[in-house]
Amino acid sequence: MRQPADVELVAVTKRYGDTVAVDNISLKIAAGSYCCLLGPSGCGKTSTLRMIAGHETVTIGDILLGAENITDQAPAARGTAMMFQNYALFPHLNVRDNVAFSLKMRGVQRAERYAKADAMLKLVAMETYAERLPAQLSGGQQQRVALARALVTNPSILLLDEPLSALDPFLRIKVRAELKRLQRDLGISFIHVTHSQEEAMALADLVVVMSDGRIEQAGPPRQVFEAPRTEFVARFIGGHNIISVDGRKVSIRADRMRLVDAGAQPDTRTVVVRDVEYQGTSVLVGLAADDGDLTAVVPDRVFFGRPFAAGDTAAIAFDHADIHELAASA
Amino acid sequence: MSEAATTTTMPGPGADAAAPARTAPPAERRGASARNIASYLQAAPLALILFVFLLIPIATIVVVSFWDYDFARIIPDFVLTNYKEALGSSVTWRTYLNTLRYAAIVWALTAVIGFMTAYFLAFYVRSATMQMVLFLVCTVPFLTSNIIRMISWIPFLGRNGLLNSALIHIGIVDEPLEFLLFSDFAVVLAMVHLYTLFMVAPVFNTLMRIDRSVVEAARDAGASGWQTLTNVIIPLAKPGIAIGSIFVVTLVMGDFITVRFMSGGQSASVGLMMANQISLLQYPAAAANAVILLITVLIIVAAIIRLVDIRKEL
Repeated sequence: MRQPADVELVAVTKRYGDTVAVDNISLKIAAGSYCCLLGPSGCGKTSTLRMIAGHETVTIGDILLGAENITDQAPAARGTAMMFQNYALFPHLNVRDNVAFSLKMRGVQRAERYAKADAMLKLVAMETYAERLPAQLSGGQQQRVALARALVTNPSILLLDEPLSALDPFLRIKVRAELKRLQRDLGISFIHVTHSQEEAMALADLVVVMSDGRIEQAGPPRQVFEAPRTEFVARFIGGHNIISVDGRKVSIRADRMRLVDAGAQPDTRTVVVRDVEYQGTSVLVGLAADDGDLTAVVPDRVFFGRPFAAGDTAAIAFDHADIHELAASA
Repeated sequence: MSEAATTTTMPGPGADAAAPARTAPPAERRGASARNIASYLQAAPLALILFVFLLIPIATIVVVSFWDYDFARIIPDFVLTNYKEALGSSVTWRTYLNTLRYAAIVWALTAVIGFMTAYFLAFYVRSATMQMVLFLVCTVPFLTSNIIRMISWIPFLGRNGLLNSALIHIGIVDEPLEFLLFSDFAVVLAMVHLYTLFMVAPVFNTLMRIDRSVVEAARDAGASGWQTLTNVIIPLAKPGIAIGSIFVVTLVMGDFITVRFMSGGQSASVGLMMANQISLLQYPAAAANAVILLITVLIIVAAIIRLVDIRKEL
């Protein structure tokens, strides 16, 4: 197996004609880490992944893998492997031949490549399906075959393009845990493109939030959630309110908001309750304030101690320590 | 890591119809039979057309192939002489072999040229508009009649034709090339010209359906361009190649006008043999030949369908 290696993007730009998809980004992903590229559609996260994979040319900049500059290398020469969004299994080949495909391309003898393919299928618990065609498998099974096919070349980086988006929500959570476990067991880096902040927070060692071809913030999930750098990050990561304090925009976590009776305390803002969503351990309260809509997440015990209904007038209070300053968007 | 295997098996139409009938109460069963009548009615027009214009003529040919004839009459009868004469004559066998040879050569050439054209259209032409424009350009020869397209080769390929004049003028040859016209070369050339589009269209159709990310996945797995072609694209294009092959082989096997014009009467095909028999009023002999040809072509088509599952494409 290849050694785990750092991935480094150095001032990478991707243009399609006049459109700038990725705008001068630099990023270092440490060996053996789980990195999630997070952002809305069209933010450049998939282009970034495809440049690392070698399926898009880099317009300007360099991509390093370990000590090697792989910017202009062919995909298979880089030591990366890609798992495609719709899995892209070869429809005419059975599961075993799909997994053994890259070995066949390298001229590995049949017995040896089948042995390796079967070992990979065992790793993803698909060995009993080796004779099936992709069309005879469920989405989750196809996903595992695609994973085995990507891993059979012993890559030092696995690139996953929205790997969970085609699965139903229940399966998504299950497969998410499997991906994380697999990454830990193999010790290689996974770079995972997603538009779900929940997925990124659950999986990543390094979350890279992107917008308009630029990196808004890169850091461990806890840091990104607790200290969003810009308004975009705070809004995209969710669970934050953006309010103005002294003419500056700041963020404050929705679960740090306290909902109180109007006029009960000094230094509060008066709001109108728009809707109330019961969520079990907490209650999500939608609020209309003077400068926009806010959300408060109130622990269930506190909320039902003093319940509010839609249409009620209330006030919000918060500690000054919970106010988080935002930088201007990059 | 285990979930139920959900294989996608299509229930047969029989199973589909039987299931509601078993459990449905009598009132609904009547509804089901009314729906059945409706579906028969919907299929009726096409069935009628096929019956009148396909089945009856073929049945007539089969019947007539057993009739007797002399120089002026055809006589209703049941004799096997037409088949005995056809199968017992070395001329028939040579003609069949010659026709099969044309079919094989033309098939091979149209398959290669057709695949290359379709591949270019599907994978190299980026914009959908340009693809459509170029595809229509491929069909331009079909805006004129078959005969005119063939005849137009004659002044080009003839002894004093454009090509020979040009070759002599440039100095590549000293005297006109004789094999260009009224030869097997001319027959094959004209047939390839006429029939390549029948290969391009279905192959283009299958190539357009190949998921581009599958091609990318092959590249990601280290396949070279050639390996991607032979391991992924051609296997996935097989149904289209098979459909194109059925078109081309069927058309070449039944052709007589191209062979007559382009070979200048020096080569024979089964179609030409039948045309000659018809002109001599030997209808039963021609009918027997038609039946033999039909069976031959059906065997070839059956072999192609056995090799490749074309249902994926239909």
